[in-house]
Amino acid sequence: MSKSTARELQVIQPGPMTLIQDRGRSGYQQLGVSVSGAVDVDALDIGNRLVGNDLNAAGLEVMLGGLVVRFSEATAFALTGADTSATIDGVPVANYVSYMAHTGAELQMGMAINGLRAYLAAAGGVGTPLILESRSTHIASAIGGTEGRALVEGDVLRLGEVNGDNISGRLLNAESQTNDGNGLDVRVVLGPQDNEFSTAGIETLLSSSYSVTDQSNRQGLRLDGPVIESKSGRYDIISDAVVNGSIQVPGDGKPIILLADRQTTGGYAKIATVATVDLPKLGQATPGTTVSFLAISVEDAQALLAERQRIIIESDLPKIVDPTTVTVDGIDVAVGVAENGVSMLAEVDGNIYPISVDEYTPAE
Amino acid sequence: MAEATVAEDQSDVFPRIVPAGDSAVLIELGSEIDPAINDQVYSLARSIESAKIPAVIELVPTYRSLVVSYDPLVAGYGEVQELLGEIIARSLDDVEGVVGDAKIIELPVVYGGDDGPDIESVAEHAGLSIQDVIDIHSGVDYRVYMIGFAPGFPYLGGLDQRIAAPRLKTPRLSVPAGAVGIAESQTGVYPNASPGGWQLIGRTAVKLFDVNSSAPSLITPGAKVRFVPVTHHE
Repeated sequence: MSKSTARELQVIQPGPMTLIQDRGRSGYQQLGVSVSGAVDVDALDIGNRLVGNDLNAAGLEVMLGGLVVRFSEATAFALTGADTSATIDGVPVANYVSYMAHTGAELQMGMAINGLRAYLAAAGGVGTPLILESRSTHIASAIGGTEGRALVEGDVLRLGEVNGDNISGRLLNAESQTNDGNGLDVRVVLGPQDNEFSTAGIETLLSSSYSVTDQSNRQGLRLDGPVIESKSGRYDIISDAVVNGSIQVPGDGKPIILLADRQTTGGYAKIATVATVDLPKLGQATPGTTVSFLAISVEDAQALLAERQRIIIESDLPKIVDPTTVTVDGIDVAVGVAENGVSMLAEVDGNIYPISVDEYTPAE
Repeated sequence: MAEATVAEDQSDVFPRIVPAGDSAVLIELGSEIDPAINDQVYSLARSIESAKIPAVIELVPTYRSLVVSYDPLVAGYGEVQELLGEIIARSLDDVEGVVGDAKIIELPVVYGGDDGPDIESVAEHAGLSIQDVIDIHSGVDYRVYMIGFAPGFPYLGGLDQRIAAPRLKTPRLSVPAGAVGIAESQTGVYPNASPGGWQLIGRTAVKLFDVNSSAPSLITPGAKVRFVPVTHHE
């Protein structure tokens, strides 16, 4: 491989809101520091695996799409989360497949079509400084990322060192949890303050359909639907700590699901807590999405999380199948289809690039 | 065994140990804001920290409870609950030692003037002189019940009720870092510039929160804060 030069991502268009996120800033909540981190952590984890990154590597969380970036040097990358009909130098690229980007290649995302947030992972990870052990951006407290803010046109993001080879041509389409428009079934563990609610109130939560309002963001999803009855008629408690997925019920009786950017403490009773395994899909919930809740035991929620670990973190990453070798301009090129059948790929010198069927159809 | 009886509501029995989802445990030690209960919270937090349970990720102590985050792929709920139960039993026997050790953080404050634009209004509301407000406010050590709301923001207890004052009718769009304020029966200090509705009586120039430090917050939960009147910022 050539001597490594500074590999960078150059931001040409940031889209509506693109944030540097990793798995979050844990360990400082007792000092009031929000955990933040990717809201669809499945998408971030898969992207990092596809390009051979450590799971702690930072990627870009692209709300609604619209991001355009240039790779200063050849770099493996993968797109996960919501589909944005992305292209690289005009050639379509599939989600959940890692590709090689040529030096100077431009990645262009359209609008997200089946969810709210797309993720871009690049080999080496985004190398902005660690702030309190994380690169995650928390805009409300202006911590992390680039100066604690969303990306702007002209930002240049240095990428980290790549351990081993740039990986490309891997795929993993593990139960993609993007939003199919049919509503979300969300499993919850009741409590920790379900004792503040009447039996009827808990029944309302578990038997009703709620709708995600447009007053929702990375801090939480504010839901609209039937009012949840508390025992005393009051909903406030002495402020205590909240967790990712806490479902708090404020005075209007309508639940709020707290997400990555939540404050560390809150003063409303928490009727239930979303199972960690179901949190990523809430990060893809657009306004109007309907949400229903199902109560499960803490043991079942933990078993689901172990299963997620097997599927997303420990599973094999298949490569392209049955490639055909052809010679193009004197170079041997292996051409094939990704195992999930979604993408045409070409292999040159061990690197996988996307190709367009319009431009090239391999001979039988 | 005796006949099964109707399950009693266990809400008022403390300690109350319950899951807060699949990756955290909530331990409630009481149901009110009370210095003795808060002492128990910090005593317990210290005991859990020193037990160095491999699955435990972090602790968030608050007024009367403690949330323990853990990795369920390392230890399941039953195991964590059992370990914590043993520590709770031991910790509640040794609250005294922890309380005696509370760190006192002295914050030099310039009261009034541009630094405390609402001090006259607070004095008027209390029917006291400005100097009385300063003497009363700086005359006690405040307990840091917890930190929350924003990085390094302390919830302080112990304000003398004579100088309690209502919130501003219209919150300020920006309150400077280090501003010392009063809202109802609470007092506090803003670690960073932010919007805020507290009546401002002074300001400290001490940097309270520094993200580039490994100990980013000068004020830590469980400590005590003492405001020291000064005539100008160092």
